[in-house]
Amino acid sequence: MISARGLGRSFGVKRVIRDLDLELAERELLLVTGPNGSGKSTLLALCAGLLAPTQGELEVAAERSRIGYLAHEPLVYRELTALENLDLYGRLYRVPERRERIGMLLERYGLWEARRERVATFSRGMQQRLALCRTLLHEPDLLLLDEPYAGLDEGGTALLDAELGGLVGTRTLVLATHDPERMAPLATVRLALA
Amino acid sequence: MTYLADVGTLARKDLLLELRSRDTVPAMLLFVVSTLVVFNFALPAGASAEAAYGLLWAALVFTAILGLTRAFVAEREQRVLDGLVLAPADRSAIWLGKAIAVVAFLALAEVVALPAFALFFEPVSWELVAAVALASVGFAAVGTLLAAMAAASRARELLLPLLFLPLVIPIVVGGVGASIADDPGRYLGFLALYDLIFAILSWASFEYVVTE
Repeated sequence: MISARGLGRSFGVKRVIRDLDLELAERELLLVTGPNGSGKSTLLALCAGLLAPTQGELEVAAERSRIGYLAHEPLVYRELTALENLDLYGRLYRVPERRERIGMLLERYGLWEARRERVATFSRGMQQRLALCRTLLHEPDLLLLDEPYAGLDEGGTALLDAELGGLVGTRTLVLATHDPERMAPLATVRLALA
Repeated sequence: MTYLADVGTLARKDLLLELRSRDTVPAMLLFVVSTLVVFNFALPAGASAEAAYGLLWAALVFTAILGLTRAFVAEREQRVLDGLVLAPADRSAIWLGKAIAVVAFLALAEVVALPAFALFFEPVSWELVAAVALASVGFAAVGTLLAAMAAASRARELLLPLLFLPLVIPIVVGGVGASIADDPGRYLGFLALYDLIFAILSWASFEYVVTE
């Protein structure tokens, strides 16, 4: 699903990723760890196609429509409601039975009651839950998750544990985290960036 | 059809955002009226109609800049543009949806500006209305592309006017010409041609502006 040979990415004179070789097959889980600034988020952005490599090659065998990308920011409009944001993405991704799918996700992630509230009024944890709904909305084959547990309370963490537990083995996952122990038992490939 | 549906979805989203936040249109309305009031006092008594039309076009250009400066603010916050770029929709649909919203905002400003111009300066002719309508399309076509470019830069407030003003000089030439010439059709045709050329160029190049 993902193949990198001699992959590198620089921002000006700063080289964030250098000479990275990586092979990830379908339905595997790649756990990416490393300290702040080691290039975890950059690697995910490269895999999503948001950044282009400055060195080496990167092949991702998934169409844009089949990638789900969870970034540090929720990538939703603050002045729109949760429902309006998911409806926008549902239309752009041409999600079949969009309303039912959105309703199911909002219910599952505990946002149904707040569905008509503007995202600007949401707490950090609620925004993260909404970002997860957005990422999973179109049932992607490749999931790129950057610190998915960030901001989640105990309930949200348990929900995400269950969600990821169900996705492992059925989807290809790339998960960047500061807390590798949580997903370590499920990871099939580990990558420690320095 | 799918492409048009995406454009409709994105344009509707921009109009809804403005309806909620009311950040851009009220500022544009206040700005254009204030500018015309200032020009009314700045222009000496007995000044020519040509000078008055020139000032109207200057007011419209700067009002467009004001609106365009805010065009991608919502996308810049929380990096929503990344989310839109990753969606399978054609990326030019983002430009077209945004440009339609910008035309709508400019139209609202002009609906207020033209009666104010008639009140302070000269009567509004159908040629002027047609020129303003065509100019709005040109402002939106070029300006939306440049606003997306500027949004990715730290010096966005400086970059947008610096790029936008030289590119819209032909619109000002065509607009003033259509307002005062005996044969306005030639200038209206020129504005329509400008719109067509720059709309195609902006539509085709937007993808390269929002991706690496």
